[in-house]
This record gives sequence, structure tokens and C-alpha cells, in this order.
Amino acid sequence: MRRREFIKTIGAAGVTGTAAMLATVSVSAAPSRPKVVVVGAGYGGATAARYLRLWSNGGIDVILVEPNASFISCPLSNLVLGGSKQLDDLTLGYDALVRRHGIELVRDRAERIDAAKRIVRLAGGRQLAYDRLVLSPGVDFLLDGLPGLNAPDAQDTVLHAWKAGTQTVALRRRLEAMEDGGSFVMSIPPAPYRCPPGPYERACQVAHYFSRAKPKSKVIVLDGNEDVVSKGALFKRIWAERYKDIIDYRPSFRAADVEAKTHTVISELGDEVQGAVLNVIPPQSAAAIAVQTGLANSNRRWCAVDFLSFESTQEKNIHVLGDAIQTAPLMPKSAHMANQHAKICAAAIIDIFAGRAPEQKPMLTNTCYSYVSDKDVIHVTSVHAYDAEKKTLIAVPGAGGVSAAASGLEGFYAGVWARNIWADTLL
Amino acid sequence: MPSLRMLAVSIWLAGAAAPALTAMAAEPDLAGRRLYANCAACHGTDGRPAGNAGSSGRSGEGSLPPLAGQSRQQLIASMQAFKAGERPATIMHQIAKGYTDEQIALIAGFLANQKKQEAQ
Repeated sequence: MRRREFIKTIGAAGVTGTAAMLATVSVSAAPSRPKVVVVGAGYGGATAARYLRLWSNGGIDVILVEPNASFISCPLSNLVLGGSKQLDDLTLGYDALVRRHGIELVRDRAERIDAAKRIVRLAGGRQLAYDRLVLSPGVDFLLDGLPGLNAPDAQDTVLHAWKAGTQTVALRRRLEAMEDGGSFVMSIPPAPYRCPPGPYERACQVAHYFSRAKPKSKVIVLDGNEDVVSKGALFKRIWAERYKDIIDYRPSFRAADVEAKTHTVISELGDEVQGAVLNVIPPQSAAAIAVQTGLANSNRRWCAVDFLSFESTQEKNIHVLGDAIQTAPLMPKSAHMANQHAKICAAAIIDIFAGRAPEQKPMLTNTCYSYVSDKDVIHVTSVHAYDAEKKTLIAVPGAGGVSAAASGLEGFYAGVWARNIWADTLL
Repeated sequence: MPSLRMLAVSIWLAGAAAPALTAMAAEPDLAGRRLYANCAACHGTDGRPAGNAGSSGRSGEGSLPPLAGQSRQQLIASMQAFKAGERPATIMHQIAKGYTDEQIALIAGFLANQKKQEAQ
């Protein structure tokens, strides 16, 4: 059946007249099914793999490359620090992608991409050929601006917990072990970084935990930005109302170094802040595989893409998704965005394989919920539409906004969001 | 520059597999399906929310009413009420304002044609 449709398609391609050239050459190239390799099974990559299969009715072969055994959600991982969730609650398997959607899952790390030959080389030695590559590699940390983190064992002492997993659990244990009266010191990098409201949610979660278990303790927030980057008015109001004597917010504190032994963060002005528990979130860039492939062509940090397809502006046949891209204005680096990038990309790849130009009017929506306690939540949302003249995604004027106040009702919706985006990504 | 883009596509096709995907062009709800995909993170893939059918294994925590299989008119009326600020909401009034009447009709048309979620 598929074979017959396929032959019909070749015939149709010949008469649609996109270009005479198309008819003449596609015959010689015909036999194999299109193959997409997806690198990275986080919110972007797993969604792309799943939607490529769903929307092509299984007509595209998809190989998904991921070194981790399971998916651990960064969204909601601050609740592990607050104590109302366990890491297990945020951990999901990849088996449905294989069993239900027919994706080939390869548990390995992509080591090198040969864009000219269209081959991905894996750490385990296997080579994967592709027609199109979808790269959703996430971020890596830039440690050059924090020399002390390169000292031996410094990175085991000073945790980031900015990739959900063992560091999240380790940071929670340190908070539990900390004596009452101590301080938790968190350093936030200058924007752009993964999850703009995340550090401020984290401050709420640790403060919430302290308010219940260690009331004499403090949360000191050293922000590399001049002001709270996301939901600023809401967060500051909530801190004043709920965590007045706990959270000490210090804007424009650009961390220039860290001394792991003494648990000290040093600003570029030479100010030193010491804490019982240190949490330094370093500046970030697109992950190493993207940088090494030459795709990080925006300030050598982020990967510029064509927003109609999320194809790299640097290399043909490679699409980049998620936190690794150079975003359009007002587009956050969020899990929700990565999930949306993936669908525009999947639709475009299907269009391209079918001999059509990618859809010209893509839209995407972002919603980020932040837990300000174990139950109460605030949101920020925005809607983005492609602007053909400006060739970028523009936040639709008049749409989007933030919560009026934190509420348990939004806490319920945040739970709904998590369950549905996990299912939309993985199940 | 659509013509250049088409040319680029053609040139690309010259060097690779041409699959059985053109049939999808005829799918009547294609535009609605793709637009709806923006909503799936809260309302579930194709309008069938997780947790309602027990597929997530985390049932009992509540979910949103399934949109799949609702009538087109009802869905359009809901979205327009959100858009006009006439229906109370935490977030939908802000999101609905980002979509044109035509886009809302496409999304509603797609959802109305989806099979209702089977109760567990």
C-alpha cells in the first residue's frame, strides 16, 4: 500500500510542475524512505520525533539519539528543591516512542556531525546517515567567566542544578543538611539563559521550604541582570507578601568568580557573598555538538534558524530546536517553546519531503507556569506569528500576559500542563 | 521570496528521497491540525488530554474537558468569548487574542472532526 502511494507520489511530483528538474532527478534518487535523525530527546527532540511519525503517518523513518536512559523534566524540578516533588515524579520513559510510534531509539551520544556527507557519528562508533538532521541539544555552561569553577572538584562543590537530575537531588540534600540560620546563595547569569523565570521560582521554592523547616535561614539572590527577568512585578510582590524576611534580592550582581572552598561568589566589582549552600547558574550557550558543527553563528553562542522550518542558517539539512537557538524577540528559552519549535519543524520537514515549500504562516504559543509555593502558581504567556517581511516570529500585539495573582487554580492548571506536555512529547 | 524558496526545495529534492507524503496536502484539516498543535501542551495531542483516558498513568489528578469531537460552533463560541473577555479565564483570554477569527475557525473545524476520547 505504501509502496503504491509512493509510486503515485513520484508520478504526481512529475506533473505538479514545481520544476521540470524535479521530475527528471527524483526518479533516479527514488528508492529509499526519507530518514530523519534526531539528536537529543528532551522537550524539543522527542516532540519532533513523535510528530514526524504522527504527521507523516509513519512515512518517515526516525532515529532518535539520546544518551540518557530516561527523560527528566526541568520544568517542575524546582519543586524537588522545595520538597513537594521527588525526581521520580518528573521522570518518564522513552518506551512509548518506540513501541507506539515506531521510532528507533539509540542510546548513545552524538559525537560529530559531518554536514557535507550528512552523517552523525556516535560515541559508540555507529554512523547514522540522514536526509535531514534535527538537532535539539540543549545548552552547555560557559565556565570561562567563572575561573574558580575550573578548580579541581569545584563543580562538585558548587552545583548549578540547571539540568534536572543528580544535581537537583544533591542540592536538595544540601538544603536539608543545612543548619537553620544558614543562607542559600544563588547566582543568576545575564539573560539569555534557559528558563527565564526559573531562578525566581527557585528562590520561592527554597524560601517556602525554609519558611516551614528552617525559619531563621535566608535566600540570597544575586542577579546578573538589572531586574527580575520574567514576571518581575509578580515575583517581587510575592516575595514581599510571603517571604519578606527570607528572600534578599540583589540585582546587578554579575558573578565574575567563585571560590568553591569557602562557598563564595565574587562580583565583577569585587563584592563577595558567602553562603552555607551555594548555587551558581553559569552563563550558557548552545550545547557543544552544535558549536563544534559551526551552527552557533549568533555571537558564537546560539544557532540562528529560519523560523519557517527551524533549518540552520549555517548548514543545509540541519534543523536546530529548543534552548540552543537564537530566539526571536520576546521568545523565551523554555520547554514549551521547544515543544512548539518541534512541531513547526516537523511540519516543514514533511512539506519539504513532499516537494512543497514549508507552510508560510507558522504560529506558536508559550506558557510558563511558576510555583511560588507548593500549591500556588503564576504564569506568563505569549503568542507568536511569523512575519513574512521581517522574516521572524513576532509576539502578536494585544495577546499574552501574566497572572493577576498567584492562585491554587493556576496550580491545578500547571499540573494539567505538565501531564499534557509530557504526553505530547513522549507518549 | 517564495520562488527562490521553491527552487531551493526543488534543488534539495534533486539529491534525496522523494517520499509518499504529497497525499497529506489533500488533508482538509491540515492547517487546523497544525495550528491546534500550539494548544496540545495543555489540551492534549489532537484534543485528547492526558489523564482522562488513563494513558499517562497519573489519573485522578484531573484534567481539562476533551476538545476532540466537540461541535465546531461550540468551540468557536468559546474561543470568541475568551477573546472578547466575556468568559472568565486565568489564561485563555490572553491566548485567544493572539488568533484571528479565521485561525480559530480552522482549529475548531479540525477538533470537531476528531474522534471523541473514549472514557476509561
